[in-house]
Amino acid sequence: MPATFSRSQIEAIAALAHLRLDEAEIELYARQLGEILEYANQVQNIDTTGVPPTASIGARHDADRADVVHTSLDRASALANAPDANVDAGLFKVPRVIG
Amino acid sequence: MSQFATIRDIRDAVQSGARSAVDVCTDALARIEAHDGTLNAFNTVTRDQALAQAAAVDAHPHRASLPLAGVPVALKDNLCTLGVRTTASSKILEHFVPPYDATTVAKLVAAGAVAVGKTNCDEFAMGSSNENSAFGPARNPWATNRIPGGSSGGSAVAVAAGMTPLSLGSDTGGSIRQPAALCGLVGLKPTYGRVSRYGLLAFASSLDQIGPFTRTVEDAALALQVLAGHDPADATSAPEPVPDYAAALTGHAKGLRIGVPRALVSDGVDAAVSKAFNEALDAYREAGATLVDIELPYASAAIPVYYLVATAEASSNLARYDGVRYGFRAPAEGGPGTQDDLRAMYGRSRELGFGHEVKRRIMLGTYVLSAGYYDAYYLKAQRVRTLIRRDYEHAFEQVDVVAMPTSPTPAFKIGERTSDPLQMYLADIFTVSANLAGLPAISLPCGFTADSLPIGLQLTGRMFDETTLLSAAHAYERQTAWWKAQPPL
Repeated sequence: MPATFSRSQIEAIAALAHLRLDEAEIELYARQLGEILEYANQVQNIDTTGVPPTASIGARHDADRADVVHTSLDRASALANAPDANVDAGLFKVPRVIG
Repeated sequence: MSQFATIRDIRDAVQSGARSAVDVCTDALARIEAHDGTLNAFNTVTRDQALAQAAAVDAHPHRASLPLAGVPVALKDNLCTLGVRTTASSKILEHFVPPYDATTVAKLVAAGAVAVGKTNCDEFAMGSSNENSAFGPARNPWATNRIPGGSSGGSAVAVAAGMTPLSLGSDTGGSIRQPAALCGLVGLKPTYGRVSRYGLLAFASSLDQIGPFTRTVEDAALALQVLAGHDPADATSAPEPVPDYAAALTGHAKGLRIGVPRALVSDGVDAAVSKAFNEALDAYREAGATLVDIELPYASAAIPVYYLVATAEASSNLARYDGVRYGFRAPAEGGPGTQDDLRAMYGRSRELGFGHEVKRRIMLGTYVLSAGYYDAYYLKAQRVRTLIRRDYEHAFEQVDVVAMPTSPTPAFKIGERTSDPLQMYLADIFTVSANLAGLPAISLPCGFTADSLPIGLQLTGRMFDETTLLSAAHAYERQTAWWKAQPPL
């Protein structure tokens, strides 16, 4: 496990997260992520043989509800916070994806 | 009635007609007006709506039976409020106006509470000092050059400064209990599943819980009574029955068994905090409680486990902020008339919309979930999380509650720790394990430092046993007068 991250590693993580970083942030996070993970590495020394993971506490598997149509958010409300939308057509707008 | 009146006092006065809800609300708004310029507790004050809600309480045909009649409440700004902007103290949601109320908000208002505004917090509830806010730090009323704690800092300040007797916070790793401790308040994190999270902006979904800040334990019980219960809109909320919390407050500690994890609380704790903690234990013993030394051998690993699990969940939850359906979208890099491609738009919107701590955690969480590291970090942390849960299960075979200091130090100075995130994370040592194990926990005032900074005692209880937890806290509070102290504003 790296104690410090390279520039290209930080850029690869940022790309996975759809996060652009400036130069100062790349340097800062390369150092800080390394420090935090070095500290977090202490979990590697704990024997967890045969110990199941806990993903959630008290997860219920009986939270189903009846499949009944009910009122949901109306279209105008759903679009009201969009930075760019065509309210008449009922569409969110994004930059052109296909040439 | 003073600005530091309790929920109980205000509710009784409004129910009986001795005071009008509008009068109470006007006082709260005046107090906010007078002090918020210094304290920065609020991101948004909803004056007109609050006065309208108060008038509705006064006109309510069943005012005398509203459980929170006329009680002003401040809401952490990560709880959705219909028609009132909800920012999570982030630039990316600076202008977000939710189309619905969080269940907790709707329940409070239906119970007669009056929402006066949205409180400052660390951005997306990520922080322990309220310094990670796009709207500037909130300040501790006990020493305005110090942090109030976080992430629910503004909610703590609102109650500590006598602006409101009740506020809501959210607690993912201590974000209610730590600011309660640092501001001299009662702060309750209910059991995971006890309170609906519908309408809470998600940070780490397996850890987040909503709870109240109050001045007294009885007030916390009154608030929980309204907040608790199953909600069909939140599949993680539990169908457990909700007992009468206030009725369980006997004031007695006789027969109570209190576990003290001596090894955990012996290291790295400020001397004044340690002294106040030990004196609180003495008070319990004198009141007839039994102190039992317990071991929580894996609790020392709670910080790394927490920061691996919480950041992983955060990186996933915050993927929704992409500049499409809501929130900030960065203008095209090439200027007006040009258009970024879709990926560049995502990347730039998130770059400019999120602050440093949020980006740091998204980066960390993305890394620990990524191919090749998932097993070593995320999955490993989840296995150790099981061991931490088992620690508590074993402890609760012998004891009714577990006692620790809430925070290893009193409030520190603004700016003192911002350059070292790891040091900031370590301050969560006593609070994060309750979230990892899903347990209810409460912080209550147990003393002051020589500089008059509040110190908090934390009690942790069994799953869904808030009754014993509140009763134990109440027994201590009845013997002490710490909760009556008021900051020098």
